[in-house]
Amino acid sequence: MESLDVKQKKINQEYQKYANSIPPKSNTVTNCAMAFLVGGIICTIGQAINNIAKNYYNMNTEEASATTSITLILIAALLTGLGLYEKIGKRAGAGSIVPITGFSNSIVSPAMEHKREGYVMGIGAKMFSVAGPVLVYGVSASVVVGLIHYFFIK
Amino acid sequence: MAQNRIGGQTIVFTKNPPKIISRASIVGKKEGEGPLAEYFDKILEDDLWGEKSWEKAERRMFIETAQMILERAKKEPSEINYLFAGDLLDQIITATFGARSLGIPYYGLYGACSSMTQTISLGAAMIDGGYADHVLCVTSSHFCTAERQFRFPLEMGVQRPPTAQWTVTGAGGVLLSSSGEGPCITHATTGKVIDFGIKDANYMGAAMAPAAADTLKAHFEDTGRGPQDYDLIVTGDLAKYGRQLTIDLLKKEGYDIEDRYIDCGCEIYSEEQDVHAGASGCACSAVVLAGYLLKKMEDGELNRILIASTGALHSTISSQQGDSIPSIAHAIVIEKKG
Amino acid sequence: MEYIRAFITGGLICVIGQILIDKTNLTSARILVLFATLGVILTGLGIYEHVVEFGGAGATVPLPGFGYALAKGAIKGVKEMGILGAFSGGIMATAGGIAAAIVFGYLTAVLFDPKSKN
Repeated sequence: MESLDVKQKKINQEYQKYANSIPPKSNTVTNCAMAFLVGGIICTIGQAINNIAKNYYNMNTEEASATTSITLILIAALLTGLGLYEKIGKRAGAGSIVPITGFSNSIVSPAMEHKREGYVMGIGAKMFSVAGPVLVYGVSASVVVGLIHYFFIK
Repeated sequence: MAQNRIGGQTIVFTKNPPKIISRASIVGKKEGEGPLAEYFDKILEDDLWGEKSWEKAERRMFIETAQMILERAKKEPSEINYLFAGDLLDQIITATFGARSLGIPYYGLYGACSSMTQTISLGAAMIDGGYADHVLCVTSSHFCTAERQFRFPLEMGVQRPPTAQWTVTGAGGVLLSSSGEGPCITHATTGKVIDFGIKDANYMGAAMAPAAADTLKAHFEDTGRGPQDYDLIVTGDLAKYGRQLTIDLLKKEGYDIEDRYIDCGCEIYSEEQDVHAGASGCACSAVVLAGYLLKKMEDGELNRILIASTGALHSTISSQQGDSIPSIAHAIVIEKKG
Repeated sequence: MEYIRAFITGGLICVIGQILIDKTNLTSARILVLFATLGVILTGLGIYEHVVEFGGAGATVPLPGFGYALAKGAIKGVKEMGILGAFSGGIMATAGGIAAAIVFGYLTAVLFDPKSKN
């Protein structure tokens, strides 16, 4: 039996290698250029919001940073609602996934998608189906960092 | 001893080969902008079709397709012995709610995108075996319902790789009958579940190609026929790269099908429609068969075809648990007699 | 100059993400988790602070910046409140963003319906 499994495994590996050689690869150079451009633009807009918050509203670094996040999240939520963020994402790839606006898109899009399953178990429960893990791992990691500081550094 | 079996996987309909006496197809907006648009019976103006959800829109396509098939054959639902139907959604809700509206005795089948030939195989056996006079076979899929179940929410900004396929929005079906006018179902070759370990849900063509090749090979061996015996050999939704893999896999087995082989997934959309590798979904082979292929048979351009719908039988849970994508293909022979 | 630095830093972080997507088949959900967590770790190690000093919003707007805010909050919390701060600091620092995502996400979902793609 074992030799059969080994044989099948070999066939599978050969087939997978062959199957993956057929289609053209994603054009990484173009994709990266788009990601760089769009990601860069979003961050530049963020910088502008940050500077306005600091210079015109006299906010400190943390406050300005939070204001920047909130504003970008609002813009991305609106663009998602209007169906535009998906169109940007198709071209920009990671350029619109990695900035905080992508986090917003990943919260808004499942919430919209599941509205028809109700306001509680649809929007409410599904809102964090994609972004929830970010909070789980991000917050957990930050607690670990805090504890390390408490026990070893402080 | 079963008398109507030949070889390991094929059955022959000899006593009373079922005829396809009626057919219909409805497709979504995008499909209606593709090269086969003129062959479809109805094209939706938008994919929600005035319903409250995508699921309800798919259900209505299913029901209206079934009603259109019956109207054309001048049959009432009460005259139909069985409805064999399937779709992609969890617990095949489209087919089941459709059957609720139609009120026809119903077997719900899950074969993923292989549903069209799966339902026809079983329906044909019912008729040839003398258990039914009229069997309705309908399947459907909808881009928006499949996308949210198997992939991401619609508004999420993600990129699709070159191997990704586009689920067809549509419903298609046929009415099989023991009497009447139309091309006959003469053989059905039941596929085995084949899995060569492909895990990438964005490359379904590669997962399903070995299943298609396996079933076609079994069909040729069982019947003693070869590719030259058919005007056209058709697979369900392997798309551009899966089609190429099927050609290559069969060449290794000594069958060259390339000059008479199309894949429904390569036919529905044009290159400009930005669907990457091509089409997929239960409706893919259903609307191409019910709309395009059967019309070509009526016009006399095709006399005998071999069609194998292909299905990827994974679920989101099996994929998340790291399982590969098991696949299947069921083949049927449709022949114009007399 | 500040804007150019933000543009380049943010752009480069996104390029790393794009290479991961193209070469490893990671889904976007996993990229988000990976980048936020990496941000936390790099901040804990004292590395990300330098990236932020150079890139400004180019470093704080991408998801590692979210991790940066979480970790910095936790460290600040420990300094001000002791061990309790390790738990509350991270969320306190990012509370505005999280609450905004929830509220705007909810409102958007109520106001808009998803559209089919063409």
